[in-house]
Amino acid sequence: MRHKRLRTLQRIVGVYLPLALFLFFALFPFYWMLISSFKANPELYNLKANRLWIAHPTLDQFRDLFAKTAILQWLWNSFFVSFLTSMISMSFGIMAGYALARLKFPGAQAFGLATFITYLVPTTLIFIPLASVVQKLGLSNSIWSLVVTYPTFLIPFCTWMLIAYFKSIPRDMEECAMIDGCTRIGAMIRIVLPMAIPGVIFSAMFSFTLSWNEFVYALTFISSTTQKTMSVAVPTELIRGDAYFWGELMAASLLGSVPVAVLYSFFMEYFVSGLTAGALKG
Amino acid sequence: MAAIAHAERLPARSWVARFTKSEALTGYGLISPAVFLMLVLLAYPFVLAVWISLTDRVLGEPGKFIGIGNYLKLLQDPLFRQTVWNSFVYTISTVFLKMFLGVILALILNQEIPCRNLIRGAILLPWIVPTSLSVLTWLWMFDSLFSVVNYILLGLGLIAKKIPWLGDPFWAMVSVIIVNTWRGLPFFAVSFLAGLMTIPKELYEAAETDGARAFRQFWYITLPLLQPVIAVVVLFSTIWTFADFQIVYILTHGGPINATQIFATMAYDVALVAGRIGEGSGISLFLFPALLIVIFLMLRYLRRE
Repeated sequence: MRHKRLRTLQRIVGVYLPLALFLFFALFPFYWMLISSFKANPELYNLKANRLWIAHPTLDQFRDLFAKTAILQWLWNSFFVSFLTSMISMSFGIMAGYALARLKFPGAQAFGLATFITYLVPTTLIFIPLASVVQKLGLSNSIWSLVVTYPTFLIPFCTWMLIAYFKSIPRDMEECAMIDGCTRIGAMIRIVLPMAIPGVIFSAMFSFTLSWNEFVYALTFISSTTQKTMSVAVPTELIRGDAYFWGELMAASLLGSVPVAVLYSFFMEYFVSGLTAGALKG
Repeated sequence: MAAIAHAERLPARSWVARFTKSEALTGYGLISPAVFLMLVLLAYPFVLAVWISLTDRVLGEPGKFIGIGNYLKLLQDPLFRQTVWNSFVYTISTVFLKMFLGVILALILNQEIPCRNLIRGAILLPWIVPTSLSVLTWLWMFDSLFSVVNYILLGLGLIAKKIPWLGDPFWAMVSVIIVNTWRGLPFFAVSFLAGLMTIPKELYEAAETDGARAFRQFWYITLPLLQPVIAVVVLFSTIWTFADFQIVYILTHGGPINATQIFATMAYDVALVAGRIGEGSGISLFLFPALLIVIFLMLRYLRRE
């Protein structure tokens, strides 16, 4: 009996208490974002009130946001860029990933290595010259500059992810299909691709999230209000000079975070397994 | 009619068939879109970065070749020296914190706990949402007048007076380190968790029968078997933290008095705010040696595996 009680105490101190602290650390900022966006300004800036709770929930901040800013445009831009770039990167990634996983050709290994290396290249290493490349292409100050540049970091990721998935699919079935007269591409599309669907969905979704969250390129290439994406528009357009409208800022941050959080909650299993597969395979 | 159509289609088909049956051609065909994009938008900008950093280019003027002038100037610039120092402090402390806390969190998440999947999902949240937006929340939480962090710490009696989170050089560095750890910890923890799940249970059972206590089990079984995952995750994080931009840009903008200025934020300020593009490119390229070291270690490590 005493032994059992000791065990319980041990579990509380050793597992539940630290877990609660970690959860608090991870989630408190979101709680704060949430309650700040549903408070009216008098309550938001009242230092005497209980600041961790909402006395009078209101949608004022959201109403202001929709009335006074181009938030719908920014949300649409984010969605447009993320959707397009994840589709492009996934398609290119499927092609390159399949080639590296299945086909033997001179240079394949070098290309695989190059893919891995580009996966590691941080965007801040080349954003300055890339701005002038984007300008030469006539794309500066347009969301199309993001559509063409985001795949440079998404394709290596998708390719790398999909190589692992393709390799885990047995060769026999596509070889049978090819003996039956299917071409290599036909076998890839009809046999291998359907079996790699979890990997494909994961790469597409993760690419979507990476595009949605990207900041450096979007900040550098785009300056007009109507072309900005959420991640850049909120910190640059909603902070006017030294004036911080925290209610609006938090409401906008919430609107910018919810889409990826929802996407991710639907496919969390894929996320966790894909992420861990990626981490293990390096 | 049908025969003609057939005859017309045949050569085309055999050409396609021959093309698609040759592995090398198919391979090149499949990788060419990716290669094209990488060459134009990654390799070429990189070469361009090196070239620009060797010129005195400013915004609106092409500039002329000045050799390694920018680099010499930077190495003598006290602000740049401080940036180098800050970048190392920022990277080393956050990577260490994420690794240390990540192992602990992974061990906890590997236990039998209620609502395990929900909790794992919640833990990952800081890593999933747009960093620029979550960092805005931290900016609000560290506000000099309304800081809720101070409100909580004062309320709990943990501090006697307000901490000037972003207003003081020391605390500003602490703040960016906290936020980076917050953002990156989930990636570490979940990767380590994946590593933990691959360790066979029998090893622990054997250790148990041999009388090894929890700590010894951790030291002699868990840690050595987790080491490959730790190494890969740490290397990934090192290069990304070294090149980090948005947390510092939004939280402190490199201030106060450049106390949190790191490579990427200084490069941005010099190249795009002050317009000295040549010098800014040079600052960015200081990330390149770090990248090379990480690539080298990573390849050596993965090859050994």
